[in-house]
Amino acid sequence: MAITTRRFDAIVVGAGGSGMRAALELARANLKVAVLSKVFPTRSHTVAAQGGIAAPLANSGEDNWHWHMYDTVKGADYLGDQDAIEYMCRRAIEVVVELEHMGMPFDRLESGKIYQRPFGGHTQEYGSAKMAMRACAAADRTGHAMLHTLYQQNVRANTQFLVEWMALDLIRDPQDGAVVGVTALEMETGELHVLQAKAVVLATGGAGRIYWASTNAFINTGDGLGMAARAGLPLQDMEFWQFHPTGVAGAGILITEGVRGEGGYLLNKNGERFMERYAPNAKDLASRDVVSRAMTTEIKEGRGCGAHGDHVLLKLDHLGPEVINQRLPGIREIAIKFANVDPIRDPIPVVPTVHYQMGGIPTNYMGQVVAPEGASKEAIVPGLYAAGECACVSVHGANRLGTNSLLDLLVFGKASGEQVIKDLRGQPTPHRTLPKGTGDASAARLNRLDTATGGERVADVLNDLRRTMQAHCSVFRFPDDLHKGVQKMKEIARRAERTFIADKSKVFNTARVEALELENLVETAVSTMICAEARKESRGAQARADFPERDDKNWMKHTLWYKEGNRLDYKPVHLKPLTVPTMEPKVRTY
Amino acid sequence: MKLTIYRYDPDKDAKPYYRDYDVPLDPHDRMLLDALVKAKAQDDTLSFRRSCREGVCGSDAMNINGKNRLACTTKLADLPEHVTIRPLPGVPVIRDLIVDMTQFFKQYHSVKPYVINEDPPPERERLQSPEEREHLNGLYECILCACCSTSCPSFWWNPDKFVGPAGLLQAYRFLADTRDQATSERLDDLNDPYRLFRCHTIMNCVDACPKGLNPTKAINHIKELLVKRAV
Repeated sequence: MAITTRRFDAIVVGAGGSGMRAALELARANLKVAVLSKVFPTRSHTVAAQGGIAAPLANSGEDNWHWHMYDTVKGADYLGDQDAIEYMCRRAIEVVVELEHMGMPFDRLESGKIYQRPFGGHTQEYGSAKMAMRACAAADRTGHAMLHTLYQQNVRANTQFLVEWMALDLIRDPQDGAVVGVTALEMETGELHVLQAKAVVLATGGAGRIYWASTNAFINTGDGLGMAARAGLPLQDMEFWQFHPTGVAGAGILITEGVRGEGGYLLNKNGERFMERYAPNAKDLASRDVVSRAMTTEIKEGRGCGAHGDHVLLKLDHLGPEVINQRLPGIREIAIKFANVDPIRDPIPVVPTVHYQMGGIPTNYMGQVVAPEGASKEAIVPGLYAAGECACVSVHGANRLGTNSLLDLLVFGKASGEQVIKDLRGQPTPHRTLPKGTGDASAARLNRLDTATGGERVADVLNDLRRTMQAHCSVFRFPDDLHKGVQKMKEIARRAERTFIADKSKVFNTARVEALELENLVETAVSTMICAEARKESRGAQARADFPERDDKNWMKHTLWYKEGNRLDYKPVHLKPLTVPTMEPKVRTY
Repeated sequence: MKLTIYRYDPDKDAKPYYRDYDVPLDPHDRMLLDALVKAKAQDDTLSFRRSCREGVCGSDAMNINGKNRLACTTKLADLPEHVTIRPLPGVPVIRDLIVDMTQFFKQYHSVKPYVINEDPPPERERLQSPEEREHLNGLYECILCACCSTSCPSFWWNPDKFVGPAGLLQAYRFLADTRDQATSERLDDLNDPYRLFRCHTIMNCVDACPKGLNPTKAINHIKELLVKRAV
């Protein structure tokens, strides 16, 4: 197969919030940059974010980055790297104000400043019972408004997009492991391309499609994770998956925490506001892992609602039509369409639904990908950067706070762009010679699908993968389930190598894309199950029935998983912030 | 349910044809997209775009029993037993239900869809009153699905010259933004027999919009601004 090669200074893989923020930095610096995306940029899943983006603007009440940092460290259940968390919180105002200058249609206060609402786990005065108004919002369409604003700025900056291109594999120089480009499939023509670059930024988003019940879009298949894993790089903290408390029961569609930020609350079948028992101070605005566990407990103990007692209710009618129509119009639309209820009158049936991946490709706070090498646990992988949900900086640790994800996208998208510019200016070298056999592995993957005459259907393997994750590695985790889950997932991984697609067309072959995506989902799911089984404690989103307590002595460390032999390694958490004293681990209550 | 779906793969088909699918539905199948995913599980060569499955990404616009709609927000309960699905009309077909949107995006880009403000940015946010911000409602929510523009006869005839309802809605979104300073250039650009004035108020766009937006109203606002400027 003849493979064409194109050269760029930098390639960004993914056109969601972090990829487009990175691209903007690179395009403005007049670098030759290409942004690859499986979908038209405004279709990336950042578009579905609803409630807000965190920044201590203090537009409605006192706030500062120290408080925000404390909440984030605590929310992360002390698994977040405190240097990265300080870095993110200190740049929050800058990136949000920049976004406003770009044209972001934030809601406004009477003062003309950006409207801010409370959100789970965000407090004043280092975790006091007073909630901070920190979530900057554009109604309940903050992600949509932000993604379109970033795309519009990239249009203005003349960024080059390769739309409906799927990145397949990283190209590494065997000499020093430096990343020198990617292979990619042009979906419309079916052609395989080599895209050579001095810097590759992975911004491929999450992989929530590994679960049966997920708020995630079809495209969230962990493509960057698969690329990193196949290239011999580790994935970090993959056991930590956030279950969002309020997905529409049975449909999985997200209902923003902003509903509770505006004053909505959860009820069990007795009409009891049960969060008062689990989190006396923050109640319904406790952090997401806490609320999801409380809901799951209510349902398990027979206090769930509906004919099957399998959900709880989110009540917001008391907010009144005006607040709902002005601040939560998208939620009303979703509830009417997907739950057949109008929340102005009736509560919305909700269940904890997988939403966000805290783990990912290990990076430092400049967006540089790091991996153990020799004596260092965090040696820089030259030429490779990652930002957003696919990366593990780690600012979210074991549990992310709502509105910190959009902030992560802007801060680390921008930081990785800045670092690429710095690195490329520092070494104005020509492109390296591509290693021998570049593209062979990707061509072999495509060839297998093109020539296979029999095998399993992609949809069948995928459905088994998602059901297995849901049954074996959910809100509460049991030793037996995890142990069996590891075996099952290894078998599913073997089945994924023998898939068959009937579609052999070159033109926009979506069956082929789905088969390739399955391979990335497999890496994500296998790593998740193995990391979860290995971590013998409960922390943040990992809640083990057999080890119900957090164990800082043995487990305050990041997990690293390698595809080769499913090997695990560990590295210490960065407890030292950049300028302030360490925030010492405490018992986490809300 | 029975789906009759437009099929065309330029790699092997001399011309387009329709294929029927019998899709057994489960109680948890709510939207047409659920049925399409099931049809694709039967026949993986069936090609369509989809992503968010909740009506915010704009991927799965298609012509459903003669109306442009998003498959993911079209309720099965609201459809008859037999549904015919075609690609969006008036745009080139790449394959099956996947259309070439190049011209649509070109028109969107042509309205300079970004805030233009040449003042040095202040240290904090630019101020905007809630009333000023209110003007952006019904405009910024567009998901660029193209349901409107591909239902517009004027856009079918002149996709290269007429901006079309989606592009004009966004043109007005920036005219309506108090932070934008390019009103006069924007109006100069639109004051053209084709770019703006091909709109003949047919209002197919309003009927087609899955987000309940009203491009015709926005187009009328642009026309009003032009009139105001002239007098």
